[in-house]
Amino acid sequence: MFEVILTSSIQVVVVIVVVLTGCAWATWLERKVLGHMQQRIGPSYTGPYGLLQPVADGLKLIFKEDIVPDSVERLTYTLGPMLSFVPALLTFAVIPYSRDFSLFGLEFKGVISDLNIGILWIFAVTSLGVYGLVLAGWSSGSKYSLLGGIRSSAQMISYEVSYGLSIVGVIVIAGTLSMTELVAKQASDSIWFFENWYLWRNPIGFLLYLTCAIAETNRTPFDLPEAESELVAGYHTEYSSMRFALFFIGEYANMLAVACVATTLFFGGWNGPAFLSFVPPVIWFLIKVFVFMFCYVWLRATFPRFRYDQLMRFGWLVLLPLAILNAMVTGLVVLWLG
Amino acid sequence: MSIDTVIFFISAVVAVFGATMMITQRNPVASVLYFIVSLLAQAVCYVQLGALFVGAMLVIVYAGAIMVLFLFVIMLLNLRGTEDLGASTGRVSRFTKYLVSILLIAELVFVIKSVFIPATTTGIMSMPADEFGNVAPVSKLLFTRYLYPFELTGVLLLVAIVGAVVLAKIDRGDKKRVTDELEESAGQATDGTAG
Amino acid sequence: MVLFAFFFARLIRPANPYPAKSINYECAEETIGTSWIRFNNRFYIFALIFVIFDVEVVFLFPWAVAFNKLGLYALVEMVIFIMILFYGLYYAWKKGVLKWV
Repeated sequence: MFEVILTSSIQVVVVIVVVLTGCAWATWLERKVLGHMQQRIGPSYTGPYGLLQPVADGLKLIFKEDIVPDSVERLTYTLGPMLSFVPALLTFAVIPYSRDFSLFGLEFKGVISDLNIGILWIFAVTSLGVYGLVLAGWSSGSKYSLLGGIRSSAQMISYEVSYGLSIVGVIVIAGTLSMTELVAKQASDSIWFFENWYLWRNPIGFLLYLTCAIAETNRTPFDLPEAESELVAGYHTEYSSMRFALFFIGEYANMLAVACVATTLFFGGWNGPAFLSFVPPVIWFLIKVFVFMFCYVWLRATFPRFRYDQLMRFGWLVLLPLAILNAMVTGLVVLWLG
Repeated sequence: MSIDTVIFFISAVVAVFGATMMITQRNPVASVLYFIVSLLAQAVCYVQLGALFVGAMLVIVYAGAIMVLFLFVIMLLNLRGTEDLGASTGRVSRFTKYLVSILLIAELVFVIKSVFIPATTTGIMSMPADEFGNVAPVSKLLFTRYLYPFELTGVLLLVAIVGAVVLAKIDRGDKKRVTDELEESAGQATDGTAG
Repeated sequence: MVLFAFFFARLIRPANPYPAKSINYECAEETIGTSWIRFNNRFYIFALIFVIFDVEVVFLFPWAVAFNKLGLYALVEMVIFIMILFYGLYYAWKKGVLKWV
């Protein structure tokens, strides 16, 4: 009992540290890649290749003054950043990042908590993420914030339904809600190590997932909440210092979470090629997540922003029917193939 | 005292605390927040009973969806806890208040009695069956024995959509105003003319 | 193990607000507009339809898990369920409450 608590606590701490560091360097990745895609060089002064930029940013934000306007509602204003940050972190509790392993004589599981309703957990946590934005927007007492908050929450709830539905196809194929079982079912010993990935069996589901995930995390081309030409910075207009930093980390933690979920659901999780079995599984996991993050930045560099009515129409009248159709057709095919 | 008991007591206390705070708050947004806290604690209680699916459902549907709807309504009506709720001096209303309170107390006493006297417990505290409330058994029952109520739920939800649409139509009146969406929402923001 | 997830959620929760707490600067003043504006009640309709389809998704998850055991029967009944809900979406759309212009 004691050992279980010990190993789990170590895992929680390590995962949180890795996620937060990952968030920091995700900002660096974004700026660097975006820079190069636009024929600039991105951050370059702080450290080699500007690698210390996130540290500089973090320090700057810590030492900035925390400005709270008079018109805010204190309680909800304070809760806003926390509520947008915590759900993002909670997602990582069910992400399997490795097979079970032992280190320093302790037995570790490859996941913090092997819930047998892992996907439901993720869905539940995602559905709580909307509160951070809506409360921040509402409590700031600014019109920009209010509009940004309302818009982003309406956008998030619109795409949340399709987000859930896009996963249903995978569940129908796998017949389980447990993340670890999903990873196990995608393993393959052959040289075509990716043959069992659910990406191939449910490609439309993946595309739907990708689209909804981008919308859920409020990223370009769905970054209407912070359409700076209309709304200054949306729901976090009035935030500064560490409160703003929490929103910022929350956004990137959400991106990482979504990337991890996509890796687990569609790209075989930590499974790597069998002939390279000496490489630790966590490395494969990180590589896949990195590719996904890179695609995020790539999309941002490529697409312009939607207009709000287009966004809502697309969510309700295109994505939702398509997601349901995908789930039903997947069910039909599963029946047909036995 | 096992760790399960500790977690149960913590979550039970939090659930009751959240519910109490919910009804005593003047600010409706704070009310909603306390309700969410209470719901999350209740979800923990469900999980303790092994009813994982029910717990997750509680969080997803209640905390994640219905409470968002409540928040939207509160923000739409711009309730800030400063409204005058009106004096409640009518004899009928006072009588109703007392009646409801007495009934509630009676019910509470009844429940507590039935829990603390072991002979009359009807499964409230007894151990749940294995796998009870988990995904597979729930779905097996839902899609076989309770199929008819399940489809009726669909009809009920349909009625909800229709009702909301009708209400919204009444509220909006003439919808033939041709205004750009951006103008409509952003325009309202700047000059304060509510549509 | 399941209980641990919630246990750890509790562990994670108190850890996060500390950056916000430990650095308590004095607030500067910044005056901005005051009014909480009334926004479009269309948002309310979207929230309500979201609730309804969220319930549907929650039904779909156990359906998907048990699909292999239940087979065609489950598919047919779920299609009926979804058709009922989609009629609602179609109705709302036809009535124009989902349009933004």
